[in-house]
Amino acid sequence: MAVTLKLEIITPAAKVFSDDVEMVTLTGIDGEMGIYPTHMPLMTQLVAGEITARKDGQNIFLAVGDGFVQVTGERVAILTDMAVRAENIDEAKAEEARQHAVARLAEKLSEEESATVQASLAHATVQLKVKRLRQKQDSLVKM
Amino acid sequence: MPSTRDIRRRIKSVKSTSQITKAMQMVASAKMRRAQQAALVGRPYSQLLNEIMAEAAANMSGFSHPLMEARPVAKRAVILVSTDRGLCGGLNSNLFREAVKLDKDTTVFVTAGRKASQFIARTRRNLSAEFSFKDTPLFSEARAISKFAQELFLTGEADAVDVLYSRFINTLTQQPQMVPFLPIGKLTATTAGINAPKEELTGGNASEVFEFEPDEETVLGELLPHSLNFQMHQILLETKASEQSARMVAMKNATDNAMQIIKDLTLEYNKLRQANITKELLEITTAQMAVG
Repeated sequence: MAVTLKLEIITPAAKVFSDDVEMVTLTGIDGEMGIYPTHMPLMTQLVAGEITARKDGQNIFLAVGDGFVQVTGERVAILTDMAVRAENIDEAKAEEARQHAVARLAEKLSEEESATVQASLAHATVQLKVKRLRQKQDSLVKM
Repeated sequence: MPSTRDIRRRIKSVKSTSQITKAMQMVASAKMRRAQQAALVGRPYSQLLNEIMAEAAANMSGFSHPLMEARPVAKRAVILVSTDRGLCGGLNSNLFREAVKLDKDTTVFVTAGRKASQFIARTRRNLSAEFSFKDTPLFSEARAISKFAQELFLTGEADAVDVLYSRFINTLTQQPQMVPFLPIGKLTATTAGINAPKEELTGGNASEVFEFEPDEETVLGELLPHSLNFQMHQILLETKASEQSARMVAMKNATDNAMQIIKDLTLEYNKLRQANITKELLEITTAQMAVG
């Protein structure tokens, strides 16, 4: 029996994450789910949010965009348009991107443009959300 | 017999041409590196996407998506992807030579890139839409093209959609290639090339039955269009990589040729100059002898 899962997170720009982990928590279209090794084969849509991977008892957090998830007993493959590790999120930059996107949305845009701006807005929002959640939990642990 | 002044003038003009081609070569090689990089980073993503699609397709039990419906092909659409600018060697002409072979009456063209639309207009073929894309193709530009193609297919205006583009093989070689785009049923065959080593893996996993959440229809309904968009984006990126490589090579050849011409002309110029001096000296000595 496999005790680890191979988690692969791939975006069009890079292979963001590829490692053996013990458990993966992600947000599917029907809600949050935790995946352990020997999970039954599953294919679902990924909703923008946070992915938690547990490796050697340590939690690794990532912010991801929309995408697809494919689970087999020993592997979790995630295809998404954006993925950033929580510790790599630049809060100031994300906030700036968010405000820029909000400002752009106020203008008159073609359908294509607005889809692009919506996407970048969603990315920035998710990054901020994950970052702030992490900070909050970190400070709770320290107290 | 040209005079020394004529030759000097020609040398000057060839020299300034070579300066321009040299500059273009530099620009193209810088852009080429970036374009090649962009075309290559998408590979793992597309590989995994293909894998997921293949497995999903293998798991489908009596379910078919409208984008996968294979119909007898009476009318087909071809997406012709070319460059915006010329001066890139035989890249576009090779591409258009393939396009000429297609049946004029049953094919409608969708073009991406300015050279393609000019070509279609010049040869009076059916043009149904033209798109443009920037030096670094954006995903949204690819999405627009792919969405249009899907609409053509779904409304029955075309029974099959193919893409004709310059495939990037390496810096020296680019090849015009026709790949089927829609219906998706053919997809497994086309991706076999890229996906060859993964093929076994797919076969092994096909025995596993995948659960779909919420259901097959929703997941595939999202997955199929997305994969088409992505495929289109990849094609645009490859076209750009081909364009910059072809331009760099063409400009390098042009620069080399200019240098050769300059060399030849300089030799000719010096010979002529020497001949003139000798002639003058001869005249002076003859005159002196006549006087003395």
